[in-house]
Amino acid sequence: MNWITNYVRPRINSIFSRREVPENLWHKCDECGTMLFHRELSDNQNVCTNCDHHMHITPRDRFTALFDGGVFNEVAVPEPIADPLKFKDQKKYPDRMKAAQKKTDEKEAMLVAAGEIGRTPIVAAAQDFSFMGGSMGMYVGNAIIAAAEEAVKLGRPLVLFSAAGGARMQEGILSLMQMPRTTVAVQMLKEAGLPYIVVLTHPTTGGVTASYAMLGDVHISEPNALICFAGPRVIEQTIREKLPEGFQRAEYLLDHGMLDRVISRTEMRDELIKIIRMMMQLPPQIVGDLPAPEEGEEAANAPVDAAASEEAAQ
Amino acid sequence: MTQYLEFEKPLAEIEGKAEELRALARANEEMDVADEAAALDAKAEQLLKDLYSDLTPWRKCQVARHPERPHCRDYIDALFTEYTPLAGDRNFADDLAVMGGLARFNDQPVMVIGHEKGSDTKSRIAHNFGMARPEGYRKAVRLMEMAGRFGLPVVTIVDTTGAYPGKGAEERGQSEAIARSTEMSLKIGVPVISVIIGEGGSGGAVAFASANRVAMLEHAVYSVISPEGCASILWKDAEKMREAAEALRLTAQNLQELAVIDRIIPEPMGGAHRDAKTTMASVGVAIQEMLDELKDKDGADLIKDRRQKFLDIGSKGLAA
Repeated sequence: MNWITNYVRPRINSIFSRREVPENLWHKCDECGTMLFHRELSDNQNVCTNCDHHMHITPRDRFTALFDGGVFNEVAVPEPIADPLKFKDQKKYPDRMKAAQKKTDEKEAMLVAAGEIGRTPIVAAAQDFSFMGGSMGMYVGNAIIAAAEEAVKLGRPLVLFSAAGGARMQEGILSLMQMPRTTVAVQMLKEAGLPYIVVLTHPTTGGVTASYAMLGDVHISEPNALICFAGPRVIEQTIREKLPEGFQRAEYLLDHGMLDRVISRTEMRDELIKIIRMMMQLPPQIVGDLPAPEEGEEAANAPVDAAASEEAAQ
Repeated sequence: MTQYLEFEKPLAEIEGKAEELRALARANEEMDVADEAAALDAKAEQLLKDLYSDLTPWRKCQVARHPERPHCRDYIDALFTEYTPLAGDRNFADDLAVMGGLARFNDQPVMVIGHEKGSDTKSRIAHNFGMARPEGYRKAVRLMEMAGRFGLPVVTIVDTTGAYPGKGAEERGQSEAIARSTEMSLKIGVPVISVIIGEGGSGGAVAFASANRVAMLEHAVYSVISPEGCASILWKDAEKMREAAEALRLTAQNLQELAVIDRIIPEPMGGAHRDAKTTMASVGVAIQEMLDELKDKDGADLIKDRRQKFLDIGSKGLAA
C-alpha cells in the first residue's frame, strides 16, 4: 500500500500499545446478536442487557461480583499427580493442559474461595467451563473436597457453581472416581449440618450432574442453562425422535421437579443471601446504608472487619 | 455353539474344521479321524491360549460384552439361595435393567443388586440391555437403605454399558437417581461389595460400585466412557475405538495398579463364556473372601473405611 499504512501506523500503534485498551470493546450477544459495550456487559455479569441471555463468566469475575466489595480469600487445593494415565489422543494431555492454562490464565477448572456475601460468611466454589469444558478430573474433585473441609472447619455454608461438560476423559477412571469422592465431600457438609447450595449454570452435564451437582439442599439454576446426564444429541441418536422445545433446559427441569428455583445471575447474590441467612438462622440482611458507627467504634472494628469497612469505603 | 468374536475368526475356522471332520466320521463309520481331529483340537487350544494370553484393551471390551458371558441372573442362580426379588422404586415403576432382592450367600442373608442385560432378544428388550432408568437406581437406593437398617451386607453385580440415555429417563431425573445411589452406597453401615463381571460403564456403574471392596473379572472393563464414545469426541472418529480403549486404561490390570479395584478374579482360558460354571464359582469364592475381610468391622468403621478409600484414590498413577 503506502508508507502511511506500512510504516507510520505500526509506529503509532507501538507507541500507544502500552495503553491498556481492551482488544474487543464490543461483544456480540450469542443469542440476539446485539452489540454490547464490554464495560456494560461486565457490569451486568455477562448477561445481555437486551435479551437477558446468560453468557459465560469466569469464576474469578463471578466471585468479584458475588463477594462483598469483591474481596475473597482463595482456598488452597491439594495438587493431584499430573497426567496419571499418560493419556494421549491426538494431543498429549499435558499439552492440552498447558493450552487451557494459557487460554484461561488459571491453573485448573475450579476456583474455591472464602468470604462474605451480604456480611454472611460462606465458602464458594465455581467451575470454569472455559478450562477444558470445566471437566471434572482429580483437581476438581480435590477442590470440592477442600471446599467442603474449609466450610466444615469454619462452620459456613458451601455455595457451588457448577459448569461442565462432564468428566475429564484424559484422566479416565480417575475422573469417574470423582463421583464418589465428591459425594463424600457433600456428606461431610450434611453431617456438619451446613447448607449446601448448588447453582447450576450452563452447561452442567454428565458425571457432574450425576454427583455433587444434584445432591444440594437447594438447587438454583441460571435461566436456560442446559442441565442433563446424557446430552440431547446422544438421546436423539438413541431414541430416533425429535426432542421437545426447551428439553433439558433449566425451566424444563424446574417443571419436572429437579430444581427449586431459576434465578437470573444479576439477582443471584440477593437470592443466595436470603436463603442462606434463613438456613443459618441469621436475621435478615440489612438492605441499604448501614447507620454511621458511633464515635470510636469504627477504629475498634477496623482490624477485624477489614472486608466490610472496605466495602463501606467504596 | 459358541459365538465367535471378530478376533477369534482363525479359531472359528480350526474348531469348525474339527467339528466337520467329526460329523463326517459319524456319517461314515469306516473313516478314522481321531488323530486328525485331535491335532486340530490341540492347534485350536494353542491358538486360544495365544489369543487370550495378551488381549488388547479393545479385545477385552469385546470379550466383556460377549453375549454368552454369564450375566447377573446366572450369578444369582448359581451362587445364592432363597433369592427373593424385591421390585419397584415405590414411585414410578419397576426397572428390569436392575434386579435385586434378599438372598442367602453361603447361608448368610444379604441384599444382592445388579444390572441384568438379558440373554436373548426378548429378555434383552425386557431388561433394556442392562441400561437402567432412574427407577432402577431408586430401587437400588431403597434396597441398600433397607440392608443398612437390617444389617445385611450388600453385594452388587455390575454389568452395564451405562445408564439409559432416554427422554423419560432424563425427565425423571437420571442424574439425581445415580447420585443418590452413589450417596447411599457410601452411607450405609454394612459391608458393600461389588463385582464387575462384564462392562462397568461410567456413572451407571459407579452408582453400584462405590463399595468397600471392588473385584473385577480378568477380562471385564470399567471406564468413564465407552471407547467408541471417547474416540468420537477426542479423535472425532468412532472408528478409533482401539486407540481410545488403549488410552483409557480400562482393563482390570490397569485399574488394580491405580488402586481403583481391589482384586482381579481370573477367568477360564478363552473367557468367562467358555466355562461359565468355573467363572461363577471363582466369583463366589472371591465374594466370600471379601465378606470375611470385613466381618469384624462395625458400621462406623465400614463407612469411614469406604470413604477414606475413595478419598485416597488418585494418589498413585501408572508407571510411565
